[in-house]
Amino acid sequence: MTLSQRFGRYGGRYVPETLVSALEELEAAYETYRDDPDFLAELHLLQADYAGRPTPLFLARRLSECVGCRTYLKREDLAHTGAHKINNTLGQILLAVRMGKRRIIAETGAGQHGVATATVAALFGLECHVYMGEEDIRRQELNVFRMKLLGAEVLPVTSGSGTLKDATNEAIRDWVANVETTHYIIGSVVGPAPYPTLVRDFQSVIGAETREQILAREGRLPDGLVACVGAGSNAIGLFHEFVDEAAVRLVGVEAAGLGLDSGKHGASLARGTGGILHGSFSYVLQDDEGQIQEAHSVAAGLDYPSVGPEHSYLKDVGRVEYKSATDEEALTAFQALSRLEGIIPALESAHAVAYLLRDDGGSHGFGTDDVVVVSLSGRGDKDVYSAAAALGVAI
Amino acid sequence: MTTSSAGVLTKLFREAGRPLLMPYAMGGYPDPESCLRILGAYVDNGADLIEVGIPFSDPLADGPVIQAASQAALSRGVSPAAVLDIAAAAAGEGAGVVLLSYLNIILAFGTERFFDRCRDGGILGVVVPDVPVEEAAELQTIARERGVDVILLAAPTSTNTRLARIAAAASGFIYCVSTAGVTGARASLSADLPRFIARLRTQTDLPLAVGFGVSTAEQADEVGRCADGVIMGSALVDMVAGSERLEDALAEIADTLQRVRRMPSFSK
Repeated sequence: MTLSQRFGRYGGRYVPETLVSALEELEAAYETYRDDPDFLAELHLLQADYAGRPTPLFLARRLSECVGCRTYLKREDLAHTGAHKINNTLGQILLAVRMGKRRIIAETGAGQHGVATATVAALFGLECHVYMGEEDIRRQELNVFRMKLLGAEVLPVTSGSGTLKDATNEAIRDWVANVETTHYIIGSVVGPAPYPTLVRDFQSVIGAETREQILAREGRLPDGLVACVGAGSNAIGLFHEFVDEAAVRLVGVEAAGLGLDSGKHGASLARGTGGILHGSFSYVLQDDEGQIQEAHSVAAGLDYPSVGPEHSYLKDVGRVEYKSATDEEALTAFQALSRLEGIIPALESAHAVAYLLRDDGGSHGFGTDDVVVVSLSGRGDKDVYSAAAALGVAI
Repeated sequence: MTTSSAGVLTKLFREAGRPLLMPYAMGGYPDPESCLRILGAYVDNGADLIEVGIPFSDPLADGPVIQAASQAALSRGVSPAAVLDIAAAAAGEGAGVVLLSYLNIILAFGTERFFDRCRDGGILGVVVPDVPVEEAAELQTIARERGVDVILLAAPTSTNTRLARIAAAASGFIYCVSTAGVTGARASLSADLPRFIARLRTQTDLPLAVGFGVSTAEQADEVGRCADGVIMGSALVDMVAGSERLEDALAEIADTLQRVRRMPSFSK
């Protein structure tokens, strides 16, 4: 089986020649192991006993009342390390071990992927280096400490805007220099082929579980799925299982930051144009000359000026509706979910909740009997300092 | 139909009878006027071809020196069009000029329009460091119609299968990356370089130029023993970055390039 390198016109492999052989090696390894019974048995065991899967699908009754549709939360926040990121890092570390790589590198924005990578590197006793923008280190100090505790080295990135984009550049540069010994665990459905496919497949456990769980609870498929989209791995992970189910509405929610017209947002699909960042062709926030622009979001994990190429494709073919929520709407949802359900969501995930909450539920288009699953991609502990700051509270 | 000038680059190498010296400059750095003087100094001090980079916000094949120069040029508002003008001006003075641009800049400019400007400006080739051979076909077609070579890269990590694929698609010359890594000065060159060059030689008659990490005259000499061209970039850009006065940088550049040209492998 050959992995598709493109999603329509999006994707591809736009990287320095030095890396291409490593990408070919990774692709071959993945093709070998994706159906290998031993590989899958080890992955499934770790997913269950280590990561705590399946994660629950929770009927959020008070939220449902508030938003006017029957709303379930897919509780990725309850997975080990507190977010969906562990699904991908477990899969990739098993590949890295089989490829004989002893050194792991990763980039991180909010720090969740960095923590999930440091975690699996510790589990397998591999050396781990995580690149993180200076600005993100400041706003996610809790996760920085967690990574160090897990034995990873956190490398501050000062170039550019000091956020996820720049951390990814630095991780790629490290990989170019150390490609023979090192595996790069990219954190989302971005990057050169085969990463967007490989990460999607490891994340698709979210949607696969959701299908089983909702069938058991409701006896039918959901009417809609809602997930936040930064680079887009939790969204693809939830959607993938349902892309061919035409009756299921798929809604991705981008970060509108200070507003789509403010120039300070992370809505690549809404406001970007076709371009190349980090090895693939996708929607990118860029100026007329092709210089990549800085993204903005109160949620560090959505602060990325591009998006996975498969999302670009799903937008163009009209299969997924891409909406957005502002910083303010996300902060409102962050507080609302905490009070309504006793669940403090990650600020990223709060964007998905915000889509349902907007206008008291009037604008989301779901009826009171409609079953909607929201991806609660991560928990909000990491965000308490930045949320408090944004809300003007000193802690 | 324009007469294809593809082959001009290749001929430059073949007729030299010694390795070509190819210094690199970041276009528009430290400012457009000074950049032109730097390119002039390259030509006056023994450069055979000059390579001019277009600044990009996310240069992922570049190390800290060229990243910083790129960022500095961008913050001065240097546009791709301005760099095309600089490169064309240098070509107009008789220099052989090759551009280096990341693909996103070319796409945003409009690929056809970009290569129109290259043709009109007398640019001989364009190195696109984030386009491996599998992604190069469309660029190559558009460039070739305008008599411009898209310069493909080869790396020590490229398998023999890949080297064959690169050799089959390449034109002009092949840009050989000296060692796995980004651009920037290194204390010593990879001991594997001659073997890598030999491996590629079995696949192609095209000239092979080596870049990334060649920072001293001695290293250039070492590379010149096995390659047809030597590209020096970060070391020269760093001279500009590290000098308070442009004159000091120009003197240092002149000294370095002249020393390279006096090295044994360059005086064959």
